[in-house]
Amino acid sequence: MADNAPLICKDIHKTFNDNEVLKGISLETRKGDVVSLIGSSGSGKSTFLRCINLLETPTSGEVIVHGDPIRFKTNRRGERIPADNRQVELIRAKLSMVFQSFNLWSHMTVLENIIEAPIHVLKVPKKEAIERAEAYLHKVGIYERKDYYPSQMSGGQQQRAAIARALAMEPEVMLFDEPTSALDPELVGEVLKVMQNLAEEGRTMIVVTHEMAFARDVSSQVLFLHQGHIEEQGTPDKVFDNPDSERMKQFLAPSF
Amino acid sequence: MLDLHGYGPSLMKGALVTVELALLSLLLAVVLGLLGASSKLSGNRLLVGGATIYTTLIRGVPDLVMMLLFYYGGQVVVNMLSDYIYYEYDIDFFFQFDPFIAGVLTIGLIFGAYMSETFRGAFMAVDSGQIEAGKAYGFSRWHTFRRIMLPQMLRHALPGIGNNWQVLLKTTALVSIIGLTDMVRVAEQASKAEHAPFKFFIPVALVYLALTAISELFIKWLNARVSVGVAKGD
Repeated sequence: MADNAPLICKDIHKTFNDNEVLKGISLETRKGDVVSLIGSSGSGKSTFLRCINLLETPTSGEVIVHGDPIRFKTNRRGERIPADNRQVELIRAKLSMVFQSFNLWSHMTVLENIIEAPIHVLKVPKKEAIERAEAYLHKVGIYERKDYYPSQMSGGQQQRAAIARALAMEPEVMLFDEPTSALDPELVGEVLKVMQNLAEEGRTMIVVTHEMAFARDVSSQVLFLHQGHIEEQGTPDKVFDNPDSERMKQFLAPSF
Repeated sequence: MLDLHGYGPSLMKGALVTVELALLSLLLAVVLGLLGASSKLSGNRLLVGGATIYTTLIRGVPDLVMMLLFYYGGQVVVNMLSDYIYYEYDIDFFFQFDPFIAGVLTIGLIFGAYMSETFRGAFMAVDSGQIEAGKAYGFSRWHTFRRIMLPQMLRHALPGIGNNWQVLLKTTALVSIIGLTDMVRVAEQASKAEHAPFKFFIPVALVYLALTAISELFIKWLNARVSVGVAKGD
């Protein structure tokens, strides 16, 4: 049933100045879906992801999180802005994001990073937040680093800590914005492994990625974006092995 | 032993006045600096304009001129205001603009302008990804400011705050000109009466030196605290 869909996006457009970056992207997820967004740089995939949690405000289109549509209004300058900041904060708390450059808060230890939002946004009691954080640190395999500062860890460890921070929100949907693009090649594997485990647990994930093997093996849905619209969409088998679009064939060609 | 001709206790008192003046001025300067910097970064045309006029005006006028203006002009304004209130509302209130208050206001206002620039630079130095992570996790604007912006900004602001503080401390000596009995004024009077400038001004110089030296140690300690989590050499 559509009401229970963790996330629905309808006809999202985004224009920066006069440049239309997104030209109508729609997406419907079921619980446990892993959606990979692929495409070359500038295709709009990261912008689309940032429209989902309102880090960018879509110029038009709807975002519906677990049946709850985000409300917009028009400000005095005629720009579309969220109508209710509190609603946006609540929705963001259900859509935790993992960033390309980790963005762990540098003045807090790993544990402090993970308990900050559960305590202050979700109002989880501190003791419970710490227990939860420790459980997720075990899960991503860096429990012994819980009292380190981000600058004292490798990129792969930082990204795993960031994933633990996202998990601690117990989100409806996890948003990954090129989570392995800033990592040294030998550290990519440890992060992908964690993400694959999450997918197997049935977490709903939307992943902007350049890792074609991950998109092919782990996702349930693949969206290939080109110049702001969806050029090809479907199961990984369909998109990778039997694409309709010429662009998609070209995009895959260098890897053969 | 140093013979201060019985001026020792009043010099000590004067030194205390200097420290009080400096600390209160610093407090005002930090508050004004945060307001100034937030206004300049707010993007609101009115706030940006107001803050720009404030910093341009204040930084362009000599400290001494401003202080004289505040001390003599300030009393005139207060008198006019209290007259008006007396005639209009029949409330009798009078407020004596003393050198101490004039000093705190002037120095606070002057250094608030310098602090605005220090804080503005420090706010802009905070990585935008840190703020974005706060937003993405459902933080309110206030929470993002208090828990992420402020602690991270302090690291960038502290060297500038330290500089401003040392200059501010020494600027307090100017207040003796409008009649505040700080240690400079005590020393000036004593040296005139006793015809012994070295005997009184050298101790004063040493007290300033001691105060700045202690401040430097304190700032160093503070810097270690706000730099927690920063890789060495970063």
